[in-house]
Amino acid sequence: MDLEVEQKQTRTAAEIVALVEALIFVADEPITTKLLAEVLEEERESVEAAVEELAREYESRESGLQIREIAGGWQLATRTEFHEEVRRFLKTRPSAKLSLASLETLSVIAYKQPVTVPEILDIRGVQSASAIKTLLDKRLIVAKGRKETVGRPMQYGTSRDFLIQFGLKDLSELPSIEDFEDLTQGL
Amino acid sequence: MTEDQEQYTFDFHEVSAQIVRGSTDELKIKIGDFAGPLDLLLFLIRQEQANIFDIPVARITEKYLEYIRLMKRLDISIAADFLVMAATLIEIKSKMLLPRDQTVGEDEEIDDPRQELVDRLLEYEKFKTAAGMLYERSTIEQAVFTRGAIESDETNAEVDASVFDLLTIFQKIAARHIDEIKMEIEREEVSLSDMIKSLKQRIFDTGEISISKFFEEMRTRRELVTAFIAVLEIVRTEGIKLLQNKTFGDIILRKV
Repeated sequence: MDLEVEQKQTRTAAEIVALVEALIFVADEPITTKLLAEVLEEERESVEAAVEELAREYESRESGLQIREIAGGWQLATRTEFHEEVRRFLKTRPSAKLSLASLETLSVIAYKQPVTVPEILDIRGVQSASAIKTLLDKRLIVAKGRKETVGRPMQYGTSRDFLIQFGLKDLSELPSIEDFEDLTQGL
Repeated sequence: MTEDQEQYTFDFHEVSAQIVRGSTDELKIKIGDFAGPLDLLLFLIRQEQANIFDIPVARITEKYLEYIRLMKRLDISIAADFLVMAATLIEIKSKMLLPRDQTVGEDEEIDDPRQELVDRLLEYEKFKTAAGMLYERSTIEQAVFTRGAIESDETNAEVDASVFDLLTIFQKIAARHIDEIKMEIEREEVSLSDMIKSLKQRIFDTGEISISKFFEEMRTRRELVTAFIAVLEIVRTEGIKLLQNKTFGDIILRKV
């Protein structure tokens, strides 16, 4: 191990930070520290430290960009405050919002996954077929195999795109469903 | 009360579904679109300022049916699930009108016919609130932009070729073969699995292979058909992509 380190050109911490920045910049999708470590042939710990340092740098100089952790990886993105100006330049409008039915179906799937269509019906009290189709089309959910029960219904779960589109590091970042109970029962 | 209400009412509900009470007793729909019967029921309970743990079933059922009738009058197609809920409400209402069973002792818990509905409403409301949270998250997320795609192997001008493109090439070559091959004396059988194996080997050796070149190597029509099926099979089962540089251009088989 020591030999390997000696053979390889040792990089300073600042160099690793710079390299990490370059890779996060070119990556199309959130890039994991595991992948960064593999590409750079560096220890995972030093890469992790570099990413954190980089994120702090952007933060401290109040950059228009931010390095943020999302869907298990790291991403370079504009800061939310500048959305109006960025949008004016890109000439884009916020994309179509999900319908109430789709959002509800998505929340059931996010919290109950893997979950079948009849189970979603039980909770929502209404058929969710078209909402499920919309969510599949938008790649927010994916089929997760069949449940070994009568009729072997298909089970659904959320996708990586879901994490990205809702700005989540991972599923555990979702507030617990029981917290909503406290909220709704505060009558 | 108003403060509590704000906790579980989200903006998106306001814009997509709202019933306003007119000066008369009649309900007026502003933009009547509820996510489902439970959603409507929750709305009515709240509008009537009723306690969810002690639902005035008769009053709520009446309001619920009023809404259903209104939907019918406005020719809004009513999902069957709304009618199922109407039936459930009527059932609960009638159960509550029945005199209590005298044989049940005083200490024993009397099943409230509303209990199941209340449980469902509370369970549903959690997810409805979670949906509001997701809505807010996605709104915030839409204010964040990432860099546009950089041109790489995956994003360059090459387009995925379809089976139809493949057929066109096959037909062209097959047509050429008709002219060339007049006699088939020896029949050297190449099995499909051999063909797949050799094709796979070549792709993995060279990284990519031109389909028309591969087809042209075939000496008989039979071989050609086998080769064609082998290509279809290999694209389906192995990590191999069909790529075409331009319309009617050569199709390339490439390792993913």
